[in-house]
Amino acid sequence: MSQTLLQVKDLKVAYGGIHAVKGINLEIKQGELVALIGANGAGKTTTLKTLIGMVKPSDGEIMFNGKSTAKLHAYDYVRHGLVLVPEGRGIFSRLTVEENLQMGAYVRDDKAEVAADLERVYGLFPRLKERYKQLAGTLSGGEQQMVAIGRAMMSRPKLLLLDEPSMGLAPIIVQKIFEIIRMIAAEGVTMLLVEQNAKLALQTANRGYVMESGHVTLADSAANLLANEAIQKAYLGE
Amino acid sequence: MAIDFLKTPRQRLAVYIALAVVLAVLPWALGGLFENGKSWLRAVDFALLYIMLALGLNIVVGYTGLLDLGYIAFYAVGAYTYALLNSPHLQAMLPVWMMHPPFVVMIILAAFMAGLFGVLLGTPTLKLRGDYLAIVTLGFGEIIRICLNNLDHPINITNGPQGLNGISKVHLFGLDFGKPIQWLGLTFDVAHSYYYLILAFCALIIFVTLRLQQSRIGRAWVAIREDEIAANAMGINTRNIKLLAFAMGASFGGVSGALFASFQGFVSPESFVLMESVMVLCMVVLGGMGNIPGVILGAILVSITPELLRDAINPLQSAVFGRRVFDPENLRMLIFGLAMITIMLLRPEGLWPSRRRKLEIHEHEEEATA
Repeated sequence: MSQTLLQVKDLKVAYGGIHAVKGINLEIKQGELVALIGANGAGKTTTLKTLIGMVKPSDGEIMFNGKSTAKLHAYDYVRHGLVLVPEGRGIFSRLTVEENLQMGAYVRDDKAEVAADLERVYGLFPRLKERYKQLAGTLSGGEQQMVAIGRAMMSRPKLLLLDEPSMGLAPIIVQKIFEIIRMIAAEGVTMLLVEQNAKLALQTANRGYVMESGHVTLADSAANLLANEAIQKAYLGE
Repeated sequence: MAIDFLKTPRQRLAVYIALAVVLAVLPWALGGLFENGKSWLRAVDFALLYIMLALGLNIVVGYTGLLDLGYIAFYAVGAYTYALLNSPHLQAMLPVWMMHPPFVVMIILAAFMAGLFGVLLGTPTLKLRGDYLAIVTLGFGEIIRICLNNLDHPINITNGPQGLNGISKVHLFGLDFGKPIQWLGLTFDVAHSYYYLILAFCALIIFVTLRLQQSRIGRAWVAIREDEIAANAMGINTRNIKLLAFAMGASFGGVSGALFASFQGFVSPESFVLMESVMVLCMVVLGGMGNIPGVILGAILVSITPELLRDAINPLQSAVFGRRVFDPENLRMLIFGLAMITIMLLRPEGLWPSRRRKLEIHEHEEEATA
């Protein structure tokens, strides 16, 4: 059994009086690709934001690599290897592609290895290499998503959190992005994938959690969830 | 690109040497070329002080993207720090060891005090951006000036609107910069010696700015300007890095202020009005935000052009109308304002913009042609 990387116990998050997450448990092991699916407003993005320290939990515990993250500042997470590719990408639109990628390695001191990683990212995304001098904001949506994922890879994440990587992209680009997600997973990067496109997410992931109005209602292997009739009806449109 | 011809190291070296020679002989050339060479040299000295100010403000506005309309306050803090410790005004109140500290100590102290005020301004405004920050900084600048204006009672600290007189000149390497210095058969007047002194500090500040720009801190500033939340997610401690920008920018202003006080020999709150902050901001924007050569060019143009106009307007008026029709002072500002509007309309990115800023401003045009 491989090591547990992330352990979430009874996590509760409230914005003002509204309880967005009502006590969930998650566990992600080293090397896994886990999908978190659910309808709009189920609390998926809130969960991710809490994991990365952008939102403070009202209760519960998050253990990353065996340590509580409660006392970390938002800017500490990258150093610990917990990195989010945010919904809507959050790239520096007025920096060039290459500057964006280098910002991802901001916390790293090993110049030679950063340069090697840059080549590695360009290997994953040849499109970005072609456009390395272009301002990131002038790229297409799919290319911007590539910049966001590439930038996260530059920090050598231990756990990569992806929030809706397919959002707003054409189906053919979505396929391409998910191919890359599989490639990154094959390199051994642990990932938590939040996705509206439940079918694609479950086809890509090893395991899945289903969220409904702030609760985790189901947790199983991806294959079992794909085969589950209730899930098929509710999320897979079959 | 304007500096394409500077590609090889040898060409660059040649340009640097030529520039150094020009700068070295400039005071003598001015004295030889113009009959009022002395006042021109003073204007050049002030231009150099403004270059320092503009480079300091460039860190805050150009790199970090925080609009500061009260920047002149840091110049004031530096100037008054120098003035209080080097004029007879507080001599009776302060212990002897505090008065007339060595020049290097004095400069570091002025930079530190200004930096401290920078942090003081930065801390409560960390969460503000754009217009809101501009208003707060504007208020801050005025608060400093009004304090200087009114701190003559109950205890007379700043001597109020009368200002501080009799500020001693710099003593460095056993030389008194307040008297003509004889060296190698040349006579260095006050304006001459100060020219070289200020030039040296200017070079130092340019060097520091260049190093900062290429450092990790420089990249963090740019990231914060572009997107503060994303910058935080990249592992940048945005709070500390922003405070550092305020402190660094302010300390440049403090050094410039100290040199100003000692050169002028007199400071009063009048030198630190809002208009001065606006002028320094104009230098940064007009020259090219975030680009060091551009900011220097902007500082030179904005500080020297009014002087040029002062000399040109009266002869011009007499030639055209046969008499003085307009008050030269008003006309000067009118022409100056028109020139600025024209430049901003034709070149919104500034006269000598950074590659990035040019890209940003012409982003959409490029897209259209692509």
